[in-house]
Amino acid sequence: MFFLCALAPAATVAWAASHAGAVLDGEAVTSSFSWVPGLGVDLDLRLDAFSLLMVALVAGVGVLVLVYSRWYFSPQAGLGRFAGTLTAFAGSMLGLVLADNLLLVYVFWELTSVTSYLLIGFEDNKGSARAAALQAILVTGVGGLVMLAGFVLLGQAAGTYSLSGLLADPPSGGAVPVALVLVLVGAVTKSAQVPFHFWLPGAMAGPTPVSTYLHSATMVKGGVYLVARLAPGFATVGPWRPIVLGLGLASLFLGGYRALRQHDIKYLLAYGTISQLGLMMVLFGAGIPEATLAGAALLVAHGAFKAALFMVAGVVDHQAHTRDLRMLDGLGRRLPLLAAVAAVSAASMAGLPLLFGFVAKEAAYEAFLHDSLVLGSLVLAAVVAGSALTVAYSVRFVWGAFAAKALSERSIETVGPDVARPPSGFVAPAAILAVITVVLGLAPGLVSPLVYGAAAALDPAVEAGQLAVWHGINPALVLSVVTVAGGALLFVARQRVARLQASLPSVPGADDAYRGALTSLNRVADAVTAFFQNGSLPVYLGVILTTAVVLPLPSLLGAPFPEELVAAESLGQIAVAVLVVAAAFGAVMSRRRFPAVLFLGAVGYGVAVLFVIQGAPDLALTQLLIETLSVVIFVLVLRHLPDRFQRMPWKLGQGVRLAVAGGVGAFVAAFTLVAGAARSQPSISSAFLDQALPDAGGRNVVNVILVDFRGFDTLGEITVLSVAAFGIFSLVRACRRERAAEEAEQAT
Amino acid sequence: MRSLVLRTGVASVFHTTLVFSLFLLFAGHNAPGGGFVGGLVAGAALVLRYLDGGSAGVGDTVRVEAPALLGAGLTLAGLTGVISLLTGSAFLESAKATFEVPVLGEVHASSSLPFDIGVYLVVVGLVLMVLRTLGAEGEDGDDDALVAEVDARPGGTL
Repeated sequence: MFFLCALAPAATVAWAASHAGAVLDGEAVTSSFSWVPGLGVDLDLRLDAFSLLMVALVAGVGVLVLVYSRWYFSPQAGLGRFAGTLTAFAGSMLGLVLADNLLLVYVFWELTSVTSYLLIGFEDNKGSARAAALQAILVTGVGGLVMLAGFVLLGQAAGTYSLSGLLADPPSGGAVPVALVLVLVGAVTKSAQVPFHFWLPGAMAGPTPVSTYLHSATMVKGGVYLVARLAPGFATVGPWRPIVLGLGLASLFLGGYRALRQHDIKYLLAYGTISQLGLMMVLFGAGIPEATLAGAALLVAHGAFKAALFMVAGVVDHQAHTRDLRMLDGLGRRLPLLAAVAAVSAASMAGLPLLFGFVAKEAAYEAFLHDSLVLGSLVLAAVVAGSALTVAYSVRFVWGAFAAKALSERSIETVGPDVARPPSGFVAPAAILAVITVVLGLAPGLVSPLVYGAAAALDPAVEAGQLAVWHGINPALVLSVVTVAGGALLFVARQRVARLQASLPSVPGADDAYRGALTSLNRVADAVTAFFQNGSLPVYLGVILTTAVVLPLPSLLGAPFPEELVAAESLGQIAVAVLVVAAAFGAVMSRRRFPAVLFLGAVGYGVAVLFVIQGAPDLALTQLLIETLSVVIFVLVLRHLPDRFQRMPWKLGQGVRLAVAGGVGAFVAAFTLVAGAARSQPSISSAFLDQALPDAGGRNVVNVILVDFRGFDTLGEITVLSVAAFGIFSLVRACRRERAAEEAEQAT
Repeated sequence: MRSLVLRTGVASVFHTTLVFSLFLLFAGHNAPGGGFVGGLVAGAALVLRYLDGGSAGVGDTVRVEAPALLGAGLTLAGLTGVISLLTGSAFLESAKATFEVPVLGEVHASSSLPFDIGVYLVVVGLVLMVLRTLGAEGEDGDDDALVAEVDARPGGTL
């Protein structure tokens, strides 16, 4: 099943590879389908070199994750659903990176939010998983809505919703800065940047394949992708750089700082991801060519090493049944291959030489050493410091998961030397990624055309060149040495660091703010509901009926009253009408419920007879049956109500009721008379009569209207009928439960 | 205390009413009737059965559960629309055909018939649902059984 689903992303990889040559030469592959041309929403898809890089990442890691899932899950119900959702998510993500229309970007953006909700909450019997999924979709969903507003502003300012058109001629002034801030809100929520970072660690409640896919190569890169796309056109606009660089650096720091505090290796990776995403935001968001290039390289490197590390964490969890590094002891000796994969990937994350992460990090340092940014050296210093934290938590991950810490000597319950070895297929996907990391680290020329092409597709100012392993002894290398040394120091002094972290007061986090907002939102919603739905049936009816009378009243008063009124066409009509009116009075005057219902039924039957006299057998038949069934249903309900209506003293309440009832009656009568005379367009009934037989092959026009001309309406009506049926069922069941609970209470 | 007269009367008209409801359903395209009216007549037949034997009597007569009928009806009606979409027509646009059937002679068929059957099933499902829930209220036991049965299913809902 997982292998079957893996065919879809595998086919995407093959398709992308077949176009790679032309795309890297600078020819974008485009394809367009008309969707809602009136709103400027078309399915415009465009594959340029940057999209190619993202497609390779999304589809390539997708194949590996699906293969990995095959081993991760033990046979259980719902795996088909999981595999399907994961594939659907991959499809949404591909759509996101290929879309060339802002509104289409938004559609795919939300599709990834929805599918990720289903994936994070896959274990839906766990409350924590459901809460995490809800948190993720609320944060990214709200961000997406804000972003949509930004898109609309941008599209209006530019006069086009085409992404490539927008960037070819970036609008400026007016609403553009506001629009960009709104779009950035969407990007930072999606990419889990401060202050919206908290959903990402929460989403670790999902199964590890989900974390691997969503939080290494795909979902969280959505925001980075958008920033990367827009930065070359808009980086110089007012608020862009302060926001992107500020939040990116804050995330780089906060993620690294928190990662050092985690005991769960998966959460360690989650905070590490926030940190790395912050770095990518800084690189792409700066909007300078060298940084963009470094960002593209880091995108590839991060996709490879972070996916591998998450997979390793999943294997450890699966085999050792814990992810707590205070319990894992000596796993490396037992699982050397897995430890090697983890070590290579973590070293790449730390930016050690001869691995691809090193190439990316050198490029990043290089970019900020030579840039012309205001405060550029400050950014550089911050990036170096953040990278030192990265080195420290990379070491912490490998040490925590695999090192022999001699814990058992301190009589701590440990897991390690005796865990079962994982099947080779389980480790293979991570191993493949580690091999890629090594190969690209040794021969970055292999991926050079893709990275340079991608950067050039974003920003034409990127000069052609080659990624290289060795640039000679230069400032960037010195900074790398400083970074590694700083990280090593942080790790060696880890106990002192931990004490320092523990001694700092914990500030109320964004997580608390989220929970507070959610609680108060619920409270407001409760208050509003309690006000409008106070549970009084007379009040509901009164409000509905009064609205129905008052709203159309102005147009009724303005309409001409019919000049000729035909009182009746036959004696029969008069007779029936008298009976109907009499029965209506009977229903109102009756003091007991049962006779009132029977009188109501009589009114309905009378109307049916009127239909017969007018020559409408279909209507009459339907009316007759409906009345019959209504009376039966009334009687079924009446068994639970008192025999008599409640006697009310003649007070204000009753006066109001009388007024409402009389008003509705008078209004409906007047409305019927006026509406019959107020025809301004020719009747459509003759057209229906003409077309029924030739077009729909039916001689009964009423039925042809129901099933053909107005078939859509009928479909809606039977849907409402079904909903009502289930509503009845639920209500009855709820009452039963309540009564059973009361009885149980009384019994005890 | 079931009345003998009622029981005999219901037994004698029940099947006739059902057949009549089917007649209305199939004749509806050209003569008074149709899925909605047909469904209501079938519902009336069920009400007769209920008057005689209570919701247990209805349960004995119709072994299909109401949700199944509702679902089947909605699905059938929706599918009719989708199929017409797939054949390149508008949603729910009807197609018609004429066949020569031995014995019966010329038979007209319209794609709106399955749609009407869907309507019929939904209406019958609604009446059945009412009789089995509201109708069973008060006759303790029976509807407890239905609720318990549904609760016992995985997920606990319909």
